Amino acid sequence: MSIRHALLALLSQAPKHGLRLQQEFEEQTGEVWPLNVGQVYITLQRLEQAGLVESDGGDGKGSQKRFVITAAGETELEEWLRTPSSDIPPPRDELLIKVLASLRVPGANVHDIVQVHRRHMIELMQYFWRVKAQAAGDDIGLALIADAEMFRLDGIVRWLDAADIRLKRYLASRTTADSGPAPVPAPPSIQSARMENQ
Amino acid sequence: MTTAMLELREVSKVYGTDAAQVNALRQVNLSVHSGELVAVMGPSGSGKSSLLTIAGSLEEPTSGQVLVNGTDLSRLSGNDQARLRRRLIGYVFQDFNLLAGFTALENVTVPLELDGVPAKTARVAGMKALAELDMTARAHHFPDQLSGGERQRVAIARAVIGDRKLLLADEPTGALDSVNAEAVMLVLLAICRRGVAGVVVTHDAHLAACADRVVFLQDGRFIDRTQALPIQGSLLTPGAQR
Repeated sequence: MSIRHALLALLSQAPKHGLRLQQEFEEQTGEVWPLNVGQVYITLQRLEQAGLVESDGGDGKGSQKRFVITAAGETELEEWLRTPSSDIPPPRDELLIKVLASLRVPGANVHDIVQVHRRHMIELMQYFWRVKAQAAGDDIGLALIADAEMFRLDGIVRWLDAADIRLKRYLASRTTADSGPAPVPAPPSIQSARMENQ
Repeated sequence: MTTAMLELREVSKVYGTDAAQVNALRQVNLSVHSGELVAVMGPSGSGKSSLLTIAGSLEEPTSGQVLVNGTDLSRLSGNDQARLRRRLIGYVFQDFNLLAGFTALENVTVPLELDGVPAKTARVAGMKALAELDMTARAHHFPDQLSGGERQRVAIARAVIGDRKLLLADEPTGALDSVNAEAVMLVLLAICRRGVAGVVVTHDAHLAACADRVVFLQDGRFIDRTQALPIQGSLLTPGAQR
């Protein structure tokens, strides 16, 4: 889990208190990932049990305990940084299902529906351009997070563009074949999909 | 509101005749003011390139009016149109279109020299345009000594030299990596902010989103446009939309 490793990364710079770790974590993630101090201490406790950090007991007061990364912790961190992420999302997002569903709704214009979503994605991208413009030039965290979000949105727009063309051809071929309003067969994974987003 | 720098009124463009007829543009209306960058998005064949060549008076519409800085192009003679084009309109292309045997500075001053501006005056204006794009140190390099991003900056300097007021760009970042592409878009935006009206045609959503407005062209018609979302609260969580 990445909170563990994010804390290890912060500790690899220098020994730190729990409260300082919480503040630095939030700064680093551009405050998009709020983390309460309780989560930090629970995570540190688990890291300590696993032998990845040690506490030095501080100056005697429990809450001022400083944490230090161990050699095992450094090895763990190094491996984590180089391990590709395994969380490839299943193709079950809500937008995909909306577009597929619209094909079955009598009178629904799928191209209009695609355009509504395309416009919204681009409006969000315009928003992130402004966020980047407003952010201080040296806020690398914010710039990287805004980039990540914009490329994700860009991917969705590309999918919508491709879907639009594919659907145009598909619907045109059905009209010429005059095969009547047979429903579109959906792949089994989509029929059983859960709405994961929103 | 002030006069639009570019105004298209009910512009249509038809290529071919009878069965081979293609309606590239169908009664398109568009106004672009000084200081503003507008992106036109659409799939291949939607009419994007026709829109740009007609806006730049490189091609005539089949019907409708094109006004540049309030002047109806159809009322101008060929020579007057060419003069207006040289003095007011700059073009930027995907593949830069720089002259290979000419330095960056010489490329930038070509439009002024074609317009009869003395070489010395043209050079001063050229250095000013290059300086605006952070390219002073590269003024005497040839295109093959420049990176893609630098070549496009030279092309942009050439497009805006001599106080041109209308900048038309056709996929200006198509040949660039994403970081250079972003830099070029920000340069285009900065140029518009100092009083130029800009139109950029692209199918790249990421770059289109840099513009003040994005309009969507499909089958020769504008079908939609974006509205700005307000920035409120935390920067990274777009507020309630619509």
